[in-house]
Amino acid sequence: MELLALLAIPLGGAVCLALVGARRWAPEANVVLSLATFLAACALTARVIDVGSLTAAHEQFFIDPFNVFLVTLTAFVALTTSLFSRPYMRIEREHGRVQPQQLRLYHSMYQLFIAAMLTALTSNNMGIMWVAMEAATLSTVLLVTLYRTPASLEAGWKYFILCSVGIAQALFGTVLLYFAAEKVLGAEGLTALLWTHLNAVKGELEPAVLGLAFVFLLIGYGTKAGLAPLHNWLPDAHAEGPTPISAVLSGLLLNVAIYAVVRCKVLVEGSLQSDLPAKMLMGFGLLSVVLAALFLWRQRDVKRLFAYSSIEHMGIITFAFGMGGVVANFAALLHMTVHSLTKSAIFFAVGHAAQKTGSQLIDEIRGLITLSPTVGWGLMLGSLAILGMPPFGVFASEFLVLTTAMRQEPWATPVLLVALGVAFAAIFGRVQPMVFGETNARRLPHPPALLPVFVHLGLVLLLGVFIPPYLADWYNRAAGLIAGQ
Amino acid sequence: MMSLDLQILNLLAALFLLLAFAMLSQRRVVGLVDLLAMQGALLCAATLLLAWRTGETHLYVSALLTLTLKVAFLPWLLHRLIRRLGVYWDSETLINIPSTMLLGLLIVIFSFGLAQPIAALASTATRNGIGIAVAVVLLSFLTMITRRKAMSQVVGFLSMENGLFFGAMSATYGMPMIVELGVALDVLVAMLVLGVFFFQIREQFDSLDLHHLESLREDK
Amino acid sequence: MSPLSWLTQILEVIAALAVAPLLMGWVAQCRAWLQNRSAPSLLQPYRTIRKLFHKDAVLAEQASALFRFAPYIVFGAMVCMTAIIPSMGTRLPLSDAADAIALVGLLATARMFMALAAMDVGTAFGSLGARREMMVGFLAEPALLMVIFVAALISSSTALPAIADNLATQTLGLYPSLAFTAVAFLLVLLAENARIPVDNPATHLELTMIHEAMLLEYSARHLALMEWAAALKLFNYACIGFALFVPWGVVTTGTAENPLVLLAALPILVLKLAIAGAGLALVETVSAKLRVFRAPEFLAAAFMLAVLGLLVHLLLGA
Repeated sequence: MELLALLAIPLGGAVCLALVGARRWAPEANVVLSLATFLAACALTARVIDVGSLTAAHEQFFIDPFNVFLVTLTAFVALTTSLFSRPYMRIEREHGRVQPQQLRLYHSMYQLFIAAMLTALTSNNMGIMWVAMEAATLSTVLLVTLYRTPASLEAGWKYFILCSVGIAQALFGTVLLYFAAEKVLGAEGLTALLWTHLNAVKGELEPAVLGLAFVFLLIGYGTKAGLAPLHNWLPDAHAEGPTPISAVLSGLLLNVAIYAVVRCKVLVEGSLQSDLPAKMLMGFGLLSVVLAALFLWRQRDVKRLFAYSSIEHMGIITFAFGMGGVVANFAALLHMTVHSLTKSAIFFAVGHAAQKTGSQLIDEIRGLITLSPTVGWGLMLGSLAILGMPPFGVFASEFLVLTTAMRQEPWATPVLLVALGVAFAAIFGRVQPMVFGETNARRLPHPPALLPVFVHLGLVLLLGVFIPPYLADWYNRAAGLIAGQ
Repeated sequence: MMSLDLQILNLLAALFLLLAFAMLSQRRVVGLVDLLAMQGALLCAATLLLAWRTGETHLYVSALLTLTLKVAFLPWLLHRLIRRLGVYWDSETLINIPSTMLLGLLIVIFSFGLAQPIAALASTATRNGIGIAVAVVLLSFLTMITRRKAMSQVVGFLSMENGLFFGAMSATYGMPMIVELGVALDVLVAMLVLGVFFFQIREQFDSLDLHHLESLREDK
Repeated sequence: MSPLSWLTQILEVIAALAVAPLLMGWVAQCRAWLQNRSAPSLLQPYRTIRKLFHKDAVLAEQASALFRFAPYIVFGAMVCMTAIIPSMGTRLPLSDAADAIALVGLLATARMFMALAAMDVGTAFGSLGARREMMVGFLAEPALLMVIFVAALISSSTALPAIADNLATQTLGLYPSLAFTAVAFLLVLLAENARIPVDNPATHLELTMIHEAMLLEYSARHLALMEWAAALKLFNYACIGFALFVPWGVVTTGTAENPLVLLAALPILVLKLAIAGAGLALVETVSAKLRVFRAPEFLAAAFMLAVLGLLVHLLLGA
């Protein structure tokens, strides 16, 4: 029941907003819909805490500790982003960067995007998961090009083509998975693509086919997660769209893609009984971290800078999932949570900073502390958080990842440390003058909507200092599920 | 000696591969869209034949879906876009056509080798079609890479989807119906989004040549 | 080595020599019908050859012995080819001397000498024709070899009579690989025999000549032999095509040793040639001539089709 509400509210909202999205109260409607979705997610979470894993609709949907916290996280960040987007898009409209009728598209696609992500997270059917992932991409393509500038059109084109080609590979992987599953589960009753059933029989699935399927699935869903070397679309798409879209793309869609990869990894590991999937994940993860850390030095646009930071963190998460074992999985899940919250907070602050100064270039944003103290502090704290300073949550998860790496994969530890250090220097070196530099601009009268920023940062701080016991227990159970216990 | 329907299926598979090659060498964009429609028609015919041979009803529905979407609607949409945007010819390809075809041949050999172990495990009568499906996917990929006009890249992408569909059909007699419906819906929406996109690009750049879309670099 | 097989052998060569010019005349007649003009009579090529034999040969001052001997070598290569191709029967004593690959070698020999002789005299047209001919030949040879390989794979032998035997006795069915190679073979035939769309056999324009350019310097008996050799080349190609794709009507190894059966093969051959000639005229009329630098694409398509046929045969077993 909660599940139905969870999926129907954003879907219905998308349809409604497609009709009325240009009205003056559309942003408020957006917030209300997101709030309703979040409440449904909380109710669903409460149910799962009570009952344990549950399936619904002839087993087409499956909620277990792994995806229920992702569902809640998604709904929460969607809510705060819609709160942020209210004044932000109003200011954009006043500045003339976006037309009123485009806001109709914006609001309806926003809700559709949330609906697609939630479907991908809760689906038990691997095929439907694929369809929802592709739908999530499609709903955001037109949002990336919302400003109709040459750069945004190029970003949108790259995003569309690269992600679609990537996800076509994932479709082939799904076909191969179905092919292997059909032999064991039979083609009757649609059970061959259901993850729960596949998980039960994963030992009997044909290793050769699953190995090949995993390669395609990793390439496909890895493209959507921004793993190097398939990451080329990410900096452009995250930088050129409106800031709320950058926030949800960076914070939420990448998580869903990693979720898909991990679900496939659990199946393939059970079938192959070798560490090939783990090694592949570790390789891609490390490559992403190193490449992103190096590319950070060349960035001149602040949103591109933080987009590369997303790639780096996705690399860390993938590396941690690759290492396997309960501790590493716990660290990866924690990292997914805190990264979502922190990155979206940063994008909120950056969005307002760019609005105030009228430019996204790092060189042109200076002295935010004097221009608007809340934005300045938000950006400073957010950057510190994402760079892994204690006592923020990112430090806790990165620490766990590094210590596990020292124990299990010692060769990777220096690489990781150096990459993290390089990234720290790059980002801090660029954010510091942005916040504290000299500026002669006046304080601008726009009151920034920065409550979401500080709420997010507060949560991250909380998670760094003290993880509530039920949350920790949850992470433990999810980590155990992934590790195959 | 194979039965007649299996021979016809093999013939359709061979023609499918030939069409993918023809796309590699075709310069006119209108010709590309026509080849795509022919591919869809071949796919529909093969699905119908398979449905008749195996008696599975969901394959009939799948064939009908292919017919309406890939033979009728999508080519019509693309033709309409071509007329309104005025893109009739492609610019020079990245490498000349004989070299592209030789590269395509190497790709076909590679795909056949790749698909051998999978085909050995399949239980369907059309299992040899898996190699052809992988070859068509990779050939469409090559088409996308060597083209400059956005429309040709889109046709390459749709051809890739056709290849995947053919692979699903050869390996497992098609995917579950709900998945196929979802994929068809995705392709449809993707094309509609693209239509809007093309107009935006044309409005901004006055051309659909993708060279205009290469300016975003690291130190922008 | 029975007397009947020797009879088959000799009859094949004589039939080839006799019928080849008639084939050229027939193709010209069909083209005329399709283009709504009147053609010269069917026997005109014979009259031309006879007229040329009665003339005095004129040679350039710089012409070497190569130039004088080339027509004989080319003609001889073509006659050797007719001895190996099973146009009427597959029991040929001389076929053990050379298989299909050697056949392609004979074609290459003829082409090489024609090109060398054209360059020997040192005129611009000769070199032009020689260069273009070698380009076409260099691209057409792999395609032809691929076609033969596919047929050889299906029949497990590279000797053309064995291939014809095997394919004549197989059950009728849809073979996509053979369909692809048939189209590839047709493209190679058009290219090698200087037909539209690759070359116009009736033109003498510098822009478009390939084969004709090499014959410009010849006269009298040399020209007669070269023209006859060109007719024989078309005849041979047609017979190779029949042996690979339409082998019925040829006296196969299994049938009884009876001279009457052999005699029945001749009208069947003539019928096949008539249909092939009409088809060739149709293709020539319908196509436009390609620009010379597009010829490599044309031949690359032929090669690609042949390789596709091979791969499809290996993968699908069809």
